[in-house]
Amino acid sequence: MRAASAPVTLRMRGIARAFPGVQALAGVDLDLSGGEVHVLLGENGAGKSTLMKILSGVLQADAGVIEIDGRPTALTSPRIARDAGIAIIHQELALVPEMTVAENIWLGRAPTRFGMLDHGPMVRRSSELLAQLGATVDPNELVGSLGIAQQQLVEIARALSLDARILIMDEPTSALTERESARLFDTIRGLTARGVAIIYISHRLDEIFAIGNRITVLRDGRNVVTQTVDHADRRELVRLMANRDVDELVPESTRRIGKPKLRVEHLSHGSSLHDVSFSVRAGEIVGFAGLLGAGRTEIARAVFGLELLVRGTIYVDEREVEIRSPRDAIAAGIGFVTEDRKREGLVLGRSVRDNVALPILSRLARLGVVRGRHEQATAEAAVRDLRIRTPSVRQLAQHLSGGNQQKTVLAKWLATGARILFLDEPTRGIDVGSKQEIYALIQELAADGVAIVLMSSDLPEVLGLSDRVLVMREGRIVGEFTRADATAENVMACAVGV
Amino acid sequence: MTISRPTLRRIIAGREAGTACGLLVLCVGLWIATPYFATAANLTNVAEQSAIVGVIAIGMTFVILTGGIDLSVGSIVALAGIVIGTALRHGMSVPIAVLLGLAAGVVSGALNGLMVTRGSLPPFIATLGMMSVARGAALMLSDGRPISGFPDGLRLLATSRLMAVPAPVVLMLVLYLFAYLVLTRTVLGRYMYAIGGNEEATALAGVDVKLYKTLVYAISGLSAGLCAILLVARLNSAQPIAGIGYELDAIAAVVIGGTSLLGGSGSVIGTLIGALIMSVLRNGLNLLGVSSYLQQVAIGVVIIVAVLIDMALRRRVQRSTR
Repeated sequence: MRAASAPVTLRMRGIARAFPGVQALAGVDLDLSGGEVHVLLGENGAGKSTLMKILSGVLQADAGVIEIDGRPTALTSPRIARDAGIAIIHQELALVPEMTVAENIWLGRAPTRFGMLDHGPMVRRSSELLAQLGATVDPNELVGSLGIAQQQLVEIARALSLDARILIMDEPTSALTERESARLFDTIRGLTARGVAIIYISHRLDEIFAIGNRITVLRDGRNVVTQTVDHADRRELVRLMANRDVDELVPESTRRIGKPKLRVEHLSHGSSLHDVSFSVRAGEIVGFAGLLGAGRTEIARAVFGLELLVRGTIYVDEREVEIRSPRDAIAAGIGFVTEDRKREGLVLGRSVRDNVALPILSRLARLGVVRGRHEQATAEAAVRDLRIRTPSVRQLAQHLSGGNQQKTVLAKWLATGARILFLDEPTRGIDVGSKQEIYALIQELAADGVAIVLMSSDLPEVLGLSDRVLVMREGRIVGEFTRADATAENVMACAVGV
Repeated sequence: MTISRPTLRRIIAGREAGTACGLLVLCVGLWIATPYFATAANLTNVAEQSAIVGVIAIGMTFVILTGGIDLSVGSIVALAGIVIGTALRHGMSVPIAVLLGLAAGVVSGALNGLMVTRGSLPPFIATLGMMSVARGAALMLSDGRPISGFPDGLRLLATSRLMAVPAPVVLMLVLYLFAYLVLTRTVLGRYMYAIGGNEEATALAGVDVKLYKTLVYAISGLSAGLCAILLVARLNSAQPIAGIGYELDAIAAVVIGGTSLLGGSGSVIGTLIGALIMSVLRNGLNLLGVSSYLQQVAIGVVIIVAVLIDMALRRRVQRSTR
């Protein structure tokens, strides 16, 4: 196996990549050599995933050089990256549950004899690979019947079967128990001993210190620092990750915060939410910070009646309400701007008018017939109030820009008369100029007495807008900060659990 | 209710215009090829032919707009017909028998809807099952034999005319006008487009998606019941093997009419034109003496070409607006 004989070296220099409205990477350098575990650290949106997508051939860099073993290499497709010995193990496993372990490892490259799958060698070579990893997994077992840790091992075996010399692991322990993580670390040590180079992405500082050799911190698509783990300090790392210029996104508003509008008590749901209690006052913006998967979206979904078997009590205007469906939530005056506006927010093939009117159609109708003039007037007022840029209310939602689509979603909820708004990632995928407009709108709504719950992975956004910041970790609220105390450093430290 | 000027303009400029042009070209071509085509007698005949499948295609349009499919309508036509026949044979009056037939259609359709919404079955599977169940029920009820010998009242539904237009054609046109108004003016219509366009977003907007989807399948069953009335009146007999393949003709009419099988876009005007194209084509090929085997091939080709053209147009529209 090549991995054992020739330790690989990788040099990435000046890697840049822009998306519409965002410079995801602005000249990043990364060095890696065989036998090393190089940890990549950074906030959500710092550019880690983009960098790894470029290294695995999924995306192309706009500028920069990648050298493998000293030779400039153009990684123009996932296949070419694979041939160059680069394998990536995604956060979400990419295995076929209905197939056996061996079939998964050799998927797409299965040895054949006379056009038939040749099971013998496939199983034998799978056993060898799994044994190298110290895994006790039967190659003939169905992947669907394995635990997450074992599936993780199958993924690694597949990467090894590709003769991978560079292995990218994206938050590999996010689904693992402590014991399973320990086993994974043993595997990683085995791999590095054989000269494999590993890029390890994780937010968990403990494991970074347990397994890493070097750490590179990215922020806003740039290198902040690269240092050896021995020289790193936790507090310092957190500061480096989070310390962005939290510019004043919108002028400080003089809002009057009123009576409690929404109060949620002891909200629990399966393994995603544990005893979450919070309240929001009229005119107040409460921000939820936390890492991806910390449970922010789950709170909104639970309160909006989208989840079954939710425990807890919800009070609106200090009166208990029972919410079992979005209809109940809307009746209680709650609106929910979802994370994914294309999938959950808009009917893209219909007009702005139809989208705005959708939740209130029955109110706009008499005997089931929509009163066109009412509907038109409602939509036109919404376009005017929210400054949605569209040639007419008849324009199809799919032809609007991201920012105007998001405003349309907001308009829809405001039309219902919602006085409590959950905003989940309200500016995701929106260009900078429209972001500012959305921020201004959020401020105006709050000034108008709407209670706002803001959930965002964009820390400066949460800090810039919120009157109070609640921090979530693993389905619990683990910290609360007033606007004055909510510095990027404090919130980030709380979110990662230092 | 009058159709406003901008609405008219939109219809003219819309996708229906292309389909209508296709129909026009077809008619002119046939007129030139065989003079008999354009006679009043033949055109009346063509319209009458189109009424049968045309009525089911209304319900089918609704179902397809919401992103579903209904394979059971042909069998429901047979079941509803047999229910009408059985009721008449037991001495019930024509109105009662007709209502029972419609009820059979609605119940079968609603069951489809419940299977799809409450049982989370894919519409294809649920209605495929119902296709067999309804056919079997029709055969059981009738012992596999046609039922005939009905009072004159029913026959009138097929034979009477309103200003030279046969009653089934009048009924079809009235139903299409009604369906057009439902789709464009009512809450139900808006919900259908919204559900087909993005079911998740619609549910999040507080719409009871399950209720409305069930309703749409019930309407499809109802339109199969209406079709059964026309068929029984026309043949003066109820047959348990009636309506075989109607579901495919109805789907073809909807698709030729430009309604997307993915749901969310389309119109009943398109479907009406689609149904007319199907029956004009059949009639024309008959007049030209084309063998019935070749006719099948020709109709299949027309369906494929119509959808190809529609898709090409849609892609161009998308590109030009991007």
